[in-house]
Amino acid sequence: MSGHVSTYEPKSRWGKWWDERLPIARLMHGSFVDFPTPRNLNYLWTFGGILAFCLIAQIVTGIVLAMHYQPSDVAAFNSIEHIRRDVNFGWLMRNLHAVGASMFFIAVYVHIFRGLYYGSYKAPREVLWILGVIILLLMMATAFLGYTLPWGQMSFWGVTVITNLFSALDTIWAGLGTGIVEWLWGGYSVSGVTLNRFFSLHYLLPFVLTGVVILHIWALHTAGQNNPTGLDIKQPSDSVPMHPYATSKDIVGMFMFLIMFAWFAFFLPDYLGHADNYTEANPLVTPPHIVPEWYFLPFYAILRAFTGSFLGVPLGSFAKLFGVLAMFGSILVLAFVPWLDTSRVRSSKYRPIFKWFFWAFAFTCVALGYLGSKPADGVYVMWAQIFTLLYFLFFLVAMPVIGIIETPKKLPKSITEAVLGGGDAIIQAKH
Amino acid sequence: MKTFIPARTAVVAGALVISTAAFAAGGHGPEIERQQWPFGGFKGQFDKAQLQRGFQVYKEVCSACHGLKRVSFRNLSEPGGPGFPVEAVKLLAAEWPNQIPEMNDAGELAGKGGELLKRPAKPSDPILGPYANDNAARAAQNGALPPDLSIIAKARNVERDPHWAVHPFLMLGDIFRGYQEGGADYLYALLTGYADAPADVKVNEGMYYNTVFPGHQLAMPAPLAEGSVAYQDGSPPTVQNYARDVTAFLSWTADPSLDQRKRIGWQVMLYLLITTLLLYLGKKRIWSKLH
Repeated sequence: MSGHVSTYEPKSRWGKWWDERLPIARLMHGSFVDFPTPRNLNYLWTFGGILAFCLIAQIVTGIVLAMHYQPSDVAAFNSIEHIRRDVNFGWLMRNLHAVGASMFFIAVYVHIFRGLYYGSYKAPREVLWILGVIILLLMMATAFLGYTLPWGQMSFWGVTVITNLFSALDTIWAGLGTGIVEWLWGGYSVSGVTLNRFFSLHYLLPFVLTGVVILHIWALHTAGQNNPTGLDIKQPSDSVPMHPYATSKDIVGMFMFLIMFAWFAFFLPDYLGHADNYTEANPLVTPPHIVPEWYFLPFYAILRAFTGSFLGVPLGSFAKLFGVLAMFGSILVLAFVPWLDTSRVRSSKYRPIFKWFFWAFAFTCVALGYLGSKPADGVYVMWAQIFTLLYFLFFLVAMPVIGIIETPKKLPKSITEAVLGGGDAIIQAKH
Repeated sequence: MKTFIPARTAVVAGALVISTAAFAAGGHGPEIERQQWPFGGFKGQFDKAQLQRGFQVYKEVCSACHGLKRVSFRNLSEPGGPGFPVEAVKLLAAEWPNQIPEMNDAGELAGKGGELLKRPAKPSDPILGPYANDNAARAAQNGALPPDLSIIAKARNVERDPHWAVHPFLMLGDIFRGYQEGGADYLYALLTGYADAPADVKVNEGMYYNTVFPGHQLAMPAPLAEGSVAYQDGSPPTVQNYARDVTAFLSWTADPSLDQRKRIGWQVMLYLLITTLLLYLGKKRIWSKLH
């Protein structure tokens, strides 16, 4: 919360010495120990901590893997097999890293849907939300680059398909798209040169991501956390100190998440991947069915929804460009959500109409994910087009219109009233 | 308790899976049946005797064309695998017909006649197939390339195309059962899937009809015939048994850490479940001061 002053008191001489020179312990104490958190946070609010864990786990396992991995087109595939077979616990590191990427996305999607449901993007949290959108984009870029590294068939052809998207810009300015694609590839096709630079960027971006995450947490601790009622903290009884209250709940949430993580890492390490990536990249053989990892499927469905025509509207030579713009637009539209939503009320708990549209939107995303895994023909294309339209209608029409026409339910007077009911019983947490 | 909900859901999902099996059978191509594998699911572990029989099938049949270059002879005596005695593996390596290309002490790659120099394999060497390279393999195999089999069980899968409404339940069922043996199911179906071509299908020259292979025409003739491998342990010498055993062996070569992985997995799960419960009780106690 803005204006929160750390109550840190250095106890030892050593602590005092540091506090006068670099008060990092004071900063940490103020941010993560006595920081006031709403007393009504539910388990959906544990995903911030879970995501911090995922980021650190990916960096640690990634650094270990990089010690044994060889980023060259002739050696990459073999070095992954070397890690799986000959490096001590290499199979574990590799499974944790590959499964960890999927877990990271599960957590981030829950985190985003939670933000959408409870209106966590509304003032004064617009910058916090936009930093989150930037984090999502960086995560997607990092995951995409990382999927290239095993240099299997799906790595190779996934990169080929996705980098080729930029060539759609040729319809705006001849040569622009092709130029960008060749610049990305470092040549006239996806090759070892591409793999080499993707490895370099895959190692770089997580640290950029960490920087933006720090800004995200800074913005969070300036605006304060939202909560299931969407009300601001108005009185001392509305909040509890982060430690031990929020921290004890965060760690329970994190361990429940780890149970799922471990289930996949130990019993289903390949379930979320694709069998074709166990065949070494071969530029001369195209896999029958190129699909991205599951966490990109909804966006892939949006991309492919723009065939020669979209719901009967002919697109001609612009089809590919529209597909690419729609795919990137489907993520960028999130950045405008703070201004697209016109409601005075944050939480969907008190928004009888919007609540239904939220769940319809969640279904739309799952449906797009399913359609992204199917071949782009026949009835699948029609449904992908319908759901793509619904995806954008949610943001561009439903959000602004419902905020105006909807009569929200009566809000509780305060967070304390929402939790304890009745009048404002002032029960202070014992510090 | 939140942590127990998945178990109940698994039962529901499982029931749905059974009741919707007919649905799942739709789509294209013949349905590939799921086999019961000793190493399948979240509990499964490799059966040592089966891996030994499977290796025998590989050695006496498959190795005529296919290599296992990512597997070393020493792996055959390591825990979690066929577990042959170290001495037997040493002998096996020394007698393996496909020797290791290597330069001699004088630094020469080729002998006087220009032929590549080779030496007998040691336990630390890879299990090589008969061909020096892909071109040699294609030249000998009428243009077809017999793939290396080291990770073939991971590189294949069974594509299922269930109705969209049952799809999530089938997925949940597979997740709760820890099913990822699609590659093994496919290999077994392929090895037992040779049949006479239907009257309206013309099989190209040098190709063989297989019911599960995509396109149904395969350059590999039916490799297994009843009685062609003499099992030492009295297992019936049927094509089904050969196919099952060699598939199990190839599942091990593709995932040699499976036994250890699942064993550690259960220790991790136990630790996580107990710790989660304790943390939950601690959290309840801390928050009880508030409400």
